[in-house]
Amino acid sequence: MIRIKGLKKQFAGAERPVVNDLDLDIPEGELCVLIGLSGCGKTTTLRMINRMIEADSGLIEVSSRDISRQDPVELRRHIGYVIQQVGLFPHQHIADNIATVPKLLGWKPARIQNRIDELLSLVGLEPAQYRHRFPRELSGGQRQRVGVARALAADPPVMLMDEPFGAIDPINRVNLQDEFLNILRKLKKTIVLVTHDIDEALKMGDRIAILNEGKVLQVASPDELLNRPINEFVASFLGNGRSLKRLSLLCANDVCISGPPIAGSSMIAANSSARTALSMLLESGSKMLGVSDASNTVIGHITMETLQARLARRESND
Amino acid sequence: MSLLIETLDFIQNNSDRVIDAGIRHVNLSFSALILAALVAIPVGIWLALTGRYVLLIINIANVGRTVPSLAILALAMPLLGTGFTPSLLALSLLAVPPILINTYVGFTGVDADTIDAARGIGLREAQITMQVRLPLALPMVFAGLRTAAVQVISGAVLAAYIGGGGFGEFITSGVAMMTIPMLLVGAIPATILAIAVDTLFSALQKTITPKGIRTS
Amino acid sequence: MNWFMRNWENVIVALWQHIAISGSALLISLVVAFPLGVVAARHPKTRGIILGVTSTLYTIPTMALLALLIPIVGLGRTNAIIAMVMFSLLVLTRNITAGIQGAAPDIVDAARGTGMTPWQVLVQVELPLAMPAIVAGLRVAAVTVISVTVVAAYVNAGGLGTLIFEGMASDHAPKIWVGALTACALSVIVDVSLARAETFFGRRAL
Repeated sequence: MIRIKGLKKQFAGAERPVVNDLDLDIPEGELCVLIGLSGCGKTTTLRMINRMIEADSGLIEVSSRDISRQDPVELRRHIGYVIQQVGLFPHQHIADNIATVPKLLGWKPARIQNRIDELLSLVGLEPAQYRHRFPRELSGGQRQRVGVARALAADPPVMLMDEPFGAIDPINRVNLQDEFLNILRKLKKTIVLVTHDIDEALKMGDRIAILNEGKVLQVASPDELLNRPINEFVASFLGNGRSLKRLSLLCANDVCISGPPIAGSSMIAANSSARTALSMLLESGSKMLGVSDASNTVIGHITMETLQARLARRESND
Repeated sequence: MSLLIETLDFIQNNSDRVIDAGIRHVNLSFSALILAALVAIPVGIWLALTGRYVLLIINIANVGRTVPSLAILALAMPLLGTGFTPSLLALSLLAVPPILINTYVGFTGVDADTIDAARGIGLREAQITMQVRLPLALPMVFAGLRTAAVQVISGAVLAAYIGGGGFGEFITSGVAMMTIPMLLVGAIPATILAIAVDTLFSALQKTITPKGIRTS
Repeated sequence: MNWFMRNWENVIVALWQHIAISGSALLISLVVAFPLGVVAARHPKTRGIILGVTSTLYTIPTMALLALLIPIVGLGRTNAIIAMVMFSLLVLTRNITAGIQGAAPDIVDAARGTGMTPWQVLVQVELPLAMPAIVAGLRVAAVTVISVTVVAAYVNAGGLGTLIFEGMASDHAPKIWVGALTACALSVIVDVSLARAETFFGRRAL
């Protein structure tokens, strides 16, 4: 869906290129996270995909079309763009903000209005209540919801998101991440998301590309990345507690073994994370946890040993 | 006060002259404002969008804002003569700096992230100027017009001295002949006109401020 | 230019008168504006009235105000100075108020916390921090006052305006030029100097 080959960009007056011969392929429907230290080129790369920054050399193809041959404005109308500060038009209602691109594309008014209602519901804002509000009446989190709605308005196949949750307070950030993960997965769009928060990357990405000095060091699924970091840099970038992070990617369901727990054991839901299971074991001091599914049927149990074994198995398996 | 009665008497006896002066005054002020706006607003927008010659032009405008109005009006005499047109040109010149500076500041002051988002979702530069920059800059532009309007009305009083007519004529004659009522016939309407225009522009400014960014 | 050479003493006299009138007016205005500004800053309710009245005064056409004062104070310097004070009051008051309000609240809070009296806080902390805004206001006020003084020649206050008016009355172009250009030069020099002062205080306050 998105193909980047040999991408290069050096800003005037800079000692080195900020993007230096970067290759990356993103298949359709994938949410790929670009992450790295400041100055690694992640935001620059993102902004070259919709030609907000022009590349010095290299190839970028979106939907198998070379973007350098397209009119940049037309290109952008078919790519969703979400930035950290949201950038809603303060002088327009929420409804008008969302309607921006559909209007540019000449949609009929009725279709636009339906779409606005549809999108507001999708991002969790009651249409009747929010249509005629102004951006400054909304909280940061609400504004970003509108920002995403605006980006989705014309139903673009590709979305670019530059630290979309960076300006939102930590508590709301987690909620928004979860909600958007749901929305975006349902919509099956190809998404490139830039962040500097490794936990956000691990939570949201189908694959994560770790950038450094303008190149992709490793691009892999969260699990593979945690399991087999390609070098020291990536390993240290992922941070301490890689095992814990891996556990949070697994469900209780994935690590439990069959057989009933001993009487008096605490229970954990099958869809809780394995990391929560570990927490519960440590806090309660008990040897075993029972795992139950949605209908409260016991489906197995978890012990410290099973967790360790599971981690070790995955380590040697892949 | 007997002074007031004398003044009212004077107005009654010379009503056509007073009305005539009033029309001239408003005409002169209005025309100067329009002329200045026609020059200053496009230049201000051009400066804001292209960024060229900004330092030069803004510095000249700042100097223009500083110089005493009478100095400019007086210089019109040796250069252009006396009468309506020289007055008009001098007053327009005086009105340009506040409008120009406010237009420039208004257009450049639009939040950079808003412009980035506008560009990123696919608005053309012209569309960004018309749909985003312009509505957000209008309050500032109108503030500049308001300042200029008051300045022009004040200047038009002085323009009587170079043959521009208007309420200033009564003041100059009144001082020359030391006739207080005549003097007041010039001064009071001029004052009322200035305050009225200021109030009008203030209300206009509030109206054209997009609802989304009104602070009240 | 020849005229200038022959009559430069007159020009100097006019210039000196101009500076004297403008300077005294500015000083008086400052003295009046300070308490007004402080009151407006401290008592939000008064702010509307104080700024409203001074704003209206600012709107009145220069010549009209001078003329309106004639029945009350006659002609001469006093007339001019009163008018100038009325004009410059708005800018100075508004800037003093804004400057005091703008002083970072945590610095003021810390000052109060160390046990300073409100007066000490005002003089030692708030006013120094308000200096950039005050100087900015002074800059606009000075330019305004110089401009008004030019017109004030009309009510026999003296100053560079006398050259201009005489020149216009007798159609004597050199007088007009010299008077006008000197007035402009004075204005620009004062503006630039106070602009430098503004930057100086701005850097210090940070």
